[in-house]
Formats: sequence, C-alpha cells, structure tokens
Amino acid sequence: MPQQVKRLIVVFVALILVFFVIRSFLVPPTFGEYGHYRASSVKEILSQNIKYAGEVVCEECHDDIVEIKSGSYHKRLSCETCHGPAYEHSQAPDEYTPYIPSKRDYCSLCHGYNPSRPTGFPQIDPVKHNPLRPCIKCHNPHDPTPPEVPKECKGCHEEIYRTKILSPHALLNCTECHKAPEEHKINPRAFRPTKPSSRKFCGKCHSKEAKVSEEIPRVDIIYHGYGNLCWECHYPHFPEAHTTKKE
Amino acid sequence: MERREFLKKILKWIFILIGGGLVLRLLSVIRRKPAPIGSIYENYDPTEHYYAMGIDIEKCIGCGRCAAACKIENNVPKEPYFFRTWVERYIITVDGETFVDSPNGGIDGFPPLGSEKEILRSFFVPKLCNHCDNPPCVQVCPVGATYKTIDGVILVDSKYCIGCRYCIQACPYGARFLHPKTRTAEKCTFCYHRITKGLKPACVEVCPTQARIFGEVKPRNNPLARFVRMHKIRVLKPSLNTEPKVYYANLDKEVT
Amino acid sequence: MEKLLEQLALALKEVTGYIYPNEIELHWGLLIVIYPYITGLVAGAFILASLVKVFNVKEVAPTYRLSLLTALAFLLCAPLPLLAHLGHPERSFEIFLTPHFSSAMAMFGFVYAWYLLVVLLLEIWFEYRKSFVIWSRTEKGLKKILYYIFTLGSMDISDEAVEFDHKAAKFITVIGIPSAFLLHGYVGFIFGSVKANPWWSSVLMPIVFLFSAMVSGIALVLFLYYIITLIRGEKIDMKCMDKLASYLLYAMILDFSLEALDFIHRVYESEESIKILSKLLFSKLFVSLLIIQVLLGTLIPMGLIAWTKIIKLPSELRRVIYFISAFLVQVGIFTTRWNVVIGGQLFSKSLKGLMTYKVELMGTEGLLVGIFLLLLPFIILYILLKLLPPWKEEAEPVKESKEAHV
Repeated sequence: MPQQVKRLIVVFVALILVFFVIRSFLVPPTFGEYGHYRASSVKEILSQNIKYAGEVVCEECHDDIVEIKSGSYHKRLSCETCHGPAYEHSQAPDEYTPYIPSKRDYCSLCHGYNPSRPTGFPQIDPVKHNPLRPCIKCHNPHDPTPPEVPKECKGCHEEIYRTKILSPHALLNCTECHKAPEEHKINPRAFRPTKPSSRKFCGKCHSKEAKVSEEIPRVDIIYHGYGNLCWECHYPHFPEAHTTKKE
Repeated sequence: MERREFLKKILKWIFILIGGGLVLRLLSVIRRKPAPIGSIYENYDPTEHYYAMGIDIEKCIGCGRCAAACKIENNVPKEPYFFRTWVERYIITVDGETFVDSPNGGIDGFPPLGSEKEILRSFFVPKLCNHCDNPPCVQVCPVGATYKTIDGVILVDSKYCIGCRYCIQACPYGARFLHPKTRTAEKCTFCYHRITKGLKPACVEVCPTQARIFGEVKPRNNPLARFVRMHKIRVLKPSLNTEPKVYYANLDKEVT
Repeated sequence: MEKLLEQLALALKEVTGYIYPNEIELHWGLLIVIYPYITGLVAGAFILASLVKVFNVKEVAPTYRLSLLTALAFLLCAPLPLLAHLGHPERSFEIFLTPHFSSAMAMFGFVYAWYLLVVLLLEIWFEYRKSFVIWSRTEKGLKKILYYIFTLGSMDISDEAVEFDHKAAKFITVIGIPSAFLLHGYVGFIFGSVKANPWWSSVLMPIVFLFSAMVSGIALVLFLYYIITLIRGEKIDMKCMDKLASYLLYAMILDFSLEALDFIHRVYESEESIKILSKLLFSKLFVSLLIIQVLLGTLIPMGLIAWTKIIKLPSELRRVIYFISAFLVQVGIFTTRWNVVIGGQLFSKSLKGLMTYKVELMGTEGLLVGIFLLLLPFIILYILLKLLPPWKEEAEPVKESKEAHV
C-alpha cells in the first residue's frame, strides 16, 4: 500500500473515532428510548401548567349553580366558556376570582345574528334587540330561557325571519303556513308546528285558477315540475333563490 | 536511543488505554437500556390510548371561544399571526365564488359580511393540527425534535428544535408556526398536559355547542366512538395520505 | 421581536385572498435562496473539472485546478446561509449527532461530509500532493510548515508515487461525478419532496436543480477564468473558452428542456393547484420568472452563444459574448433559485391566496448578510489561489496543462 494511502487512512480513522466519541458525550441521555426523540421532552411538556380546570371541579363547590344550569338551555355549556380559566381559582378560591362577563358583546359572540351560523341556533340582532340593556338584566345566564314567552316566531327563528323579509313572501305571516300549538313556545321540540303537505296548499295562491292578485306568479299546478312537491325545488321562505335581492 | 524506545513504549500504552476507554464508552452508550415508561408518565399508561378529535361543522357557531381558550391555556403569543387553533368562515355566493376569512383566528367574532353578493351557503370550520398518523412534519424534522408519542400525539421538543422550519413547510394544513420568542416550531399538542390527566383539551372544554369532540381512535366507549358512528366522516386533504386524526362531519367540498 | 411583528402587520395588509393565519411569516428567505445557488455552483464546477479527468476533454484542462478550487471555496461557504437562518444556530450540531434518517435535510451532514472530505479535499490533495512536497521544501517560514502539514508527512514523490496520485485522483473523480449529482440532486429533493407544496412537489425538481447547477458552475468557471487571466495579464486560451461555451450551451439546452417539460406537465395535468399557481406566475413572479429567468437568464444567452456557433466571429467579440452570457446566466440561475424558494412560499397552502416577501436590509437574514455570503466564497477562493496556485508549476510542470497552454 502506498505511503500516502496509509496516511489518509490514519487521518480518516482518527476523524471518525473522534466524531463518535464526541457524539457519545453530546447526545441527550434519553434520546431514542421510545423513538427518534428525547424521551424526557415528553416529561417537560407534561409539566405545563393547567389553566382550565374542567367543569367537574366547579361542581364541587358551585353545585347550586350547576344544578340550575343542568336544566337549562345552557346545560352543555362549560362554566369556563364564559368565566374563563379557573384552575387557579379552584386551587386558591379567595386569591383568584374568575371573570364574570357582563357586557352585551360577550353574549353576542354566540347569540348575535350571523348568517354563517347553523339554522336554528338562537340569535338576536344586537342593535335592535332591547338596545343598550345588559343581557343579564332579562336573562339569567345560568338559565337563559327568555323571561317572557316570545310573542313572535322570530324570537327563535331569526334566520328564517331574516330570509323571509327579503323574499316575495315577506308579507305572509308564519301562521299562514304553520299552525303552532301554544305549547311550542315553552317546549319547542315536543310540540312541533305543522307544515304544508301537498301541492294543493301552494296552489291556493299559485295555481292558474286561484282567485288572488294578478301579480302573484301562476303555474299549472298539476304539470309544472311534475312529480315533485313545490318545496323540493323552491325554498318557501325565499321561493326563487336566484332572483336578485330586493332591498 | 534507549530513552527514545522507552518513550515510544509509554506513548503506545497511553494510546491503548485512551482508545480502550473510548471503545468501552461507546459500547456503554450502545447497550444502554431505556428508562421505564413510569419515569416519564406518572399514573398514566400511553400504550392504552390513541387520541383523535371530531369536529361537526353543522354545530360550529363561530364564536371563537376555542381559539381564545387555546391561547390562554398554552401561552400562545397574543398577536394575530400565531395560532394553534383557529376558526375559518366560508361564504359561497350564488355565482359560485368562495370567500374565506379568519380575522384574528375568529377570537373576536366575525364582522358582518362585506360582500354585497347573495349567499348560497355559509359556515364555520375550526382548524388545528391534524395529528396525522403519517405526519409529514415528523418525517422531515432533521434532528428528531418533533415526534409522534406512543398515544399518537405529535409533539415538538422546544429544547431540541433547531428552528430550521422544514416542518412548517411540510405541514399541508398551516398548523405550525415559529414562536417569535423561543425561535422554535410550535403547534397544537391536543393539550397533552391535560389529556394525560384525564381532562379534555381546552378548546373542547369551552366549546359551547359540542362542535368539538375529543376521544380515542381505539374502539372503546368514548365520545369520539359515538361521533364516528353517527356521522359521515371526511378529513382534510385526503389525497396527501397524511391520515389525519381530526375527523370532520358535514365538511364542505370548498374547504381546503 | 417587535420588529418581526411590525413586518408581519405590514405583510398582512399585502395579502390577497385567504391564507392560513400562521402563513403570514415567510420562513425561508434570501439565505435559503443563496444556499442552493452556492451548492449548485459547487456541483457544476466539479462536474466541469471531471470533464478533464474522466472524459479527457483536453481543451478545458487550463480550468481543471481552478474548477476544483472554486468548488472547494463555495462548498466551504455552503453551510453558512443555512446556519445563519436557523432559529438556534448553536444547536445545529444536532443534525450530525442524531440525524433523522427519514428527513431529506438530515442527510445534509452525510452528503456534505462525504463531498467535502472524501471527494473534493481528497481529489485536491492527490492533485496537489506533489506540489505540496516541493513547496514544503522550497518555501519559507509559515508557508513551509503549512505545506508540510498538508503533505500529512507523505513525502514520496517518486514517479511511481506520483503516477499513483494521478490514478487516485481519476478514481475519485469517477466517484465524484455521482457525488456531485447527489449533492445537488439532494438539494432539489429537499424541495421536490414536500408534498404539501404543489409548486415544489415534483419528481423533476432534483434533476432540474442538477442541470441548472451545471449551467451555473460552467458559467462561473468561464467567468472566473476570463477575469483571472485578464488580471494576470496572460493570453486567453480561446480553444478553452470556446469549449466551455459549448458545454454551457449544451447544459442550458438540457436545463431549459427539463424546465419546459415540468411547466407543460403542470399545465396539462391541470391539478387542483393550477389556478393559484397561474395567478402567482402572472402576478408575483412575472418579472423574476418570465422576464429575468426565462428571457434574460436563458433565452438571450442561449441565443448569443448559438450565434457564435453558427457564424464565425472574431475571437475578441466571442470573448465578450461569452463573458456577457456567463454573467446573464448567473443572474438567471440566481433568480431560478429565488423563484423556486420564494415563489413556493408566496401562495397559501389553502390555495386561496397570495402573500408577499420583502427582503430586509439589516438582520441575520437580511440583504447585507446575503451579499456578504455571496462575496465570501470569492475571498476564500482568493486565499486558496494564493495558497494553492493552479498555474504555479513546480520543478517539472504537470504534463496536461503544459500541452494545453501551448
């Protein structure tokens, strides 16, 4: 073997050896124990402070409030959704007081009208709904059932109301098509309002024979869209979805 | 001449001793046994769990409490450029255009629609780290500073991360960011410090409509088992084969 | 940190469409543009050097040692932009200690060590060993000691030993060609394997990187050879220049074809990302990609060199044309890197919006650091040229280079 190759081998072997020795000192002790990572970092992450205590903890002292809440529309709402992180409060109740939201904008984060929200979620228009009065004056946040039975349907069905007032059906009352038993206002799911069931119902206004204003669009109630019920193509609260908005 | 020979001999022995010592050291490193799991986890067995989350789009009201709670629970920088979870609003107009926004991650609510166009449909989509079963971020981390735990959660070792940001590039969901102070990658941990103590993640805890469900993939009695049974499930960007463990119910085709 | 937040606030105003909230900060900036640019020059220069040893292209022999030293100077600087951009540069050694084998980036340690220690330094060592021995005898003072250390105590310069050196150098060059491919193909793979990013994710990325590397490397050596010969007041070897220009043209044709293929393939497949990518191309990348990279950096120099091939031009004019082309190619390849690295971060992974990037002047990832990192290899090259002069002949001149000079 030529001399220069021998020299090179010595240099390279020395380099590799030095690398492995340095490596053995610098690699963290728990590295690679459960995978290609520092196992002790899991421990560090686990030691992070908890801020939200969880509802079970609240119940230990505030069982009276939890009791009220558990029968209300807010029954599945966690205490800390409104009151903020309460772990410190649970550890030292006198030193840390949780947040108590009292302004209108907090409630409207959920209950302010927003057309992107799912249908049926109770929403109000924060500008028109009893302006400037704090929500908690009328609603107990732990049992937010409206203090008075809502006089109008839009109290709960704001979404539909909003749609309908922009539509050709704006002047129709809800009761024109739905008959709601009085109990529906107190126990909405157990007592449901009626819904129209046949093409004839729409035909009362929209059939060629109907004796109503000339301006109401008329169709042949038997053959128009044959085989479908009217509301399978038209949304009754906004019958022609593709007509331009009238404002 | 004799002295020289003697010195050479001594040198040779010193080399052998040092070399032998180093070889022993290397062997000791190789043969080291892992510490028991109990030394890392107290009163918790990670082998018995495998976590995932369910999100029902139909239930999300876009209140942004999840994003707000996450920032508090995990000390996420308050500025609107760093989120471990956030809520997006989708608005699809009648003429087929899609508008998306997420002002401050949805924490301050969503302003009234600026658009004059008629809405066809609109909804909110909460987003977070998908804790992929085939995580591209873990694949690309050059040093092993981000990893999948035994119970399927993707974590970041902030003391080992070199801040190369390859993981941020590799995440298809924009779930990672570089913490402006620590200069290391950061993201959702499924509130690992909470779930290992039997608590729910902060976002799930505060969600007022139960749009977020936390539980486990393994078939056992837990809220997620019910969720995946009662809904048709989609995940985000399935074509990338990241196998996300955040399951969406009622997800729209426009969501990316 | 305040400065970063200010920047992000400004960047937020420039966003069009929707981006994920975490995407406002652009993570790989100017320095990561410089990194593939520099490694590309290394690989390109080495491949040029290998033409002499392996493929026996006698014409470019005068540039052999220059190419090797250029490759070395740039390789020594290659890790610096990476280091400077890290959030924690002091932890960078972890990449060598606990490399994650599934990570393309972790392979950096291996590829770099292999290329530097096994390929480049060894080849230079075998090439220069005889010179080292001679210089360690003829030089004085510190240089003498330095050259002696360089010989590693191997002082044998018998004909047999020198013959072995030549063989060894040739053997290493043979290994070196795939290694150079590996070095730069690997850099392309770092980007090409990111499935989350449709602008990067392409199987052609490593190959496109490789050929653009060859283009930039050949252009750089041509450029340096021209300047150094002028400075040294020697006669320019036109045969060598012509040959270099030819290789530059061939490499450019290949490179451009591959890039065109990539482009056509994307347009034809028309995947989900095509809308946002075409928006990107015609807004944010219009100047840097279509005008600078394609027109100024590729089509014009290709046309110029092709012109010299078709019509016989006087050597003075050819020289100037080569020089201008080489310069334009450098600008073009730099913007190629820019368009890949920055371009891939100017659109949201939601495929619904575009961001902006502004290079800052100061700061560790700013323009000044970038310029310094681009100048540093030339400073190192200057030192290397002083220390290992490629043209300084020992007692008996190296055969090939003598023939070529005549």
